[in-house]
Amino acid sequence: MADFLTFLFKGISVGSLYALIALGYTMVYGILQFINFAHSDVFALGAFFSWRFAVAYHLMHPTPIQAAGLLLLSMAACALTGLLIEWLAYRPLRQAPRLNVLITAIGVSLFLENAGQLVWGKSVVQFPTMTEHSIVLGGVHIRLVEVVAVGAAFALMLGLQWLVYRTKIGRGMRAVSVDHNIAGLMGVPVDQIISLTFVIGSALAGAGGLLVGLTYGQIKQPADASWIIYGLKAFVAAVIGGIGNLPGAMLGGLLLGIAEQFVAGYVSTTFRDAIAFALLIVILLVRPSGILGKNVVEKV
Amino acid sequence: MTPRPSVSTPRAIGASLLPLLLGLCAAMILELSIPQGSYVEKILFDIGVNVILAVSLNIVNGLTGQFSIGHAGFMALGAYGSIVVTYYGGYAIFGDVLKHTTLSGYSLYFVSLIAGGLVAAAAGWVVGLPSLRLRGDYLAIVTLGFGEIIRVVLQATPPVLYPSEMAAVPGWERVLHLGGALGFSHGQSYNSLGWTYAAVVVMLLVAYRLRESTHGRAFLSVRENEIAAEAIGVNTTRYKVAAFVIAAFFAGIAGGLFAHQLGAGTASRPEEFNFMKSFEAVIMVVLGGMGSITGATVAAIALTLLTEILRSVQDYRLVAYSLLLIVVMILRPKGLFGTREIWDFFRKKDQP
Repeated sequence: MADFLTFLFKGISVGSLYALIALGYTMVYGILQFINFAHSDVFALGAFFSWRFAVAYHLMHPTPIQAAGLLLLSMAACALTGLLIEWLAYRPLRQAPRLNVLITAIGVSLFLENAGQLVWGKSVVQFPTMTEHSIVLGGVHIRLVEVVAVGAAFALMLGLQWLVYRTKIGRGMRAVSVDHNIAGLMGVPVDQIISLTFVIGSALAGAGGLLVGLTYGQIKQPADASWIIYGLKAFVAAVIGGIGNLPGAMLGGLLLGIAEQFVAGYVSTTFRDAIAFALLIVILLVRPSGILGKNVVEKV
Repeated sequence: MTPRPSVSTPRAIGASLLPLLLGLCAAMILELSIPQGSYVEKILFDIGVNVILAVSLNIVNGLTGQFSIGHAGFMALGAYGSIVVTYYGGYAIFGDVLKHTTLSGYSLYFVSLIAGGLVAAAAGWVVGLPSLRLRGDYLAIVTLGFGEIIRVVLQATPPVLYPSEMAAVPGWERVLHLGGALGFSHGQSYNSLGWTYAAVVVMLLVAYRLRESTHGRAFLSVRENEIAAEAIGVNTTRYKVAAFVIAAFFAGIAGGLFAHQLGAGTASRPEEFNFMKSFEAVIMVVLGGMGSITGATVAAIALTLLTEILRSVQDYRLVAYSLLLIVVMILRPKGLFGTREIWDFFRKKDQP
């Protein structure tokens, strides 16, 4: 039972981070209908930005307040990165076929990885650490930093939910996701809304970067495959939940995190990385639009 | 695409057989004139394998308009499939695992390449099936996921058996001993430039003849408009799966060549076939122009050479690569050649 609870908690901890990243994928997909492959790299950059800020401001052992400050800085830096990517790479392709945008996204992704590796080198970086507290609950060791990360992730997700469903900006985003052209005719500033979507998604990825760094204590170089795998899993989470659907991304993230931990715990850690893709293939075959997605019939 | 008059069977054979013979002669000349183990040989080998990868991927991505980014997975299957045949199969036939430079040794190598291709093709069939239900990005993710699953599973396999250990493991179970993350490290270097370029010639010819055939036209129709293709009676399902199977088969052959190129003791590791390898193939296809066979070939040659030239500044290579990709996509969205072939540039105004 203790095993079960440990895996469950670990799953929620990993899953909420997947969910945070998945939101960025799902928002961009909902609005522009393409997979922003560069999202996983923005996420990696988020971890590196927050590490740089921590070094610059001597915050290698931040208090919770200072960690919140780092979180905001990292989110701001990533938001700016996302904005630049959208302006320079994706906006010129607004009218191009989707495949071209997808390939450009792969290009941006490769560029960010390798530029990041040039700037920050190839060695593993020691991340700022918060004071280690842990509590034991029902036979489960719970690290406080993981609780904080889960809490922050959920707070951000709720904030996003509010933004999308309760504000004028959010209404604009929903309108653009239904139909660009008509939203434009109705007076929605489409380009600004798209930029804003990238800004918000990237900021969430930045937050995810910091939280992942805090949870694991060290981060690998930006071009390391683990970042891409992490990002891909987050995308898989978005697809499982139903892409373009915000609650779906959260649900998918948590499901995937928990499934992974159970497979790693009860079966074998080797297959942990394969479970996401296996799950993806099963979901797509059984329910191609995801758990919460709507079925769309293709028309001529 | 203007419809072309149908070609009579003898002319079709003439159009395939003659280039095939000429190509094989060229491959033989390369084999005899370039010394084994030289730097030039290594580069020519890389070029050959990349050309096969790019041109085969072009059948799925360029001709049929599907988007596969898991090509390295098929290559891995081909590599492991063929090396299993030469290693464990060789042990079963010859009683040892050494390289046999006899006719039977090279026949075994030939069979192993085909076997590797067939293993990959079978996987291509499996991966092709979801393409019936998924399009565009979803398919891309599934193919990518498939490639990663292959890699993860290969990494979990038990170590390669030494001849002394063979007796302890019964027949068919041996083939599961693939060396795990360390790779299949005892393969023999059966390959040479002659083999590589014979495969390149066959690949190019198959791709070209396929595109000019009725089936090839069906591939193109799926790319241009799936619904319209279906409406005029093209079995889109069958053709999409067929594209995956053919592309996977040749990627498997490329993998087989790759696995047998390195000498004994060096490993073909699962890590070699990660998604960077797949991305490189995609970049070659896109850069050359989706659907252009010579485009993919030229891009594969150019990028392989570029990799060699930039080897001293390795860290900047991928930065340059990625910027190139973004700039090409923005300025020349159809790739360098578009759907045209290299000789189309030398023709006078195309006849209407």
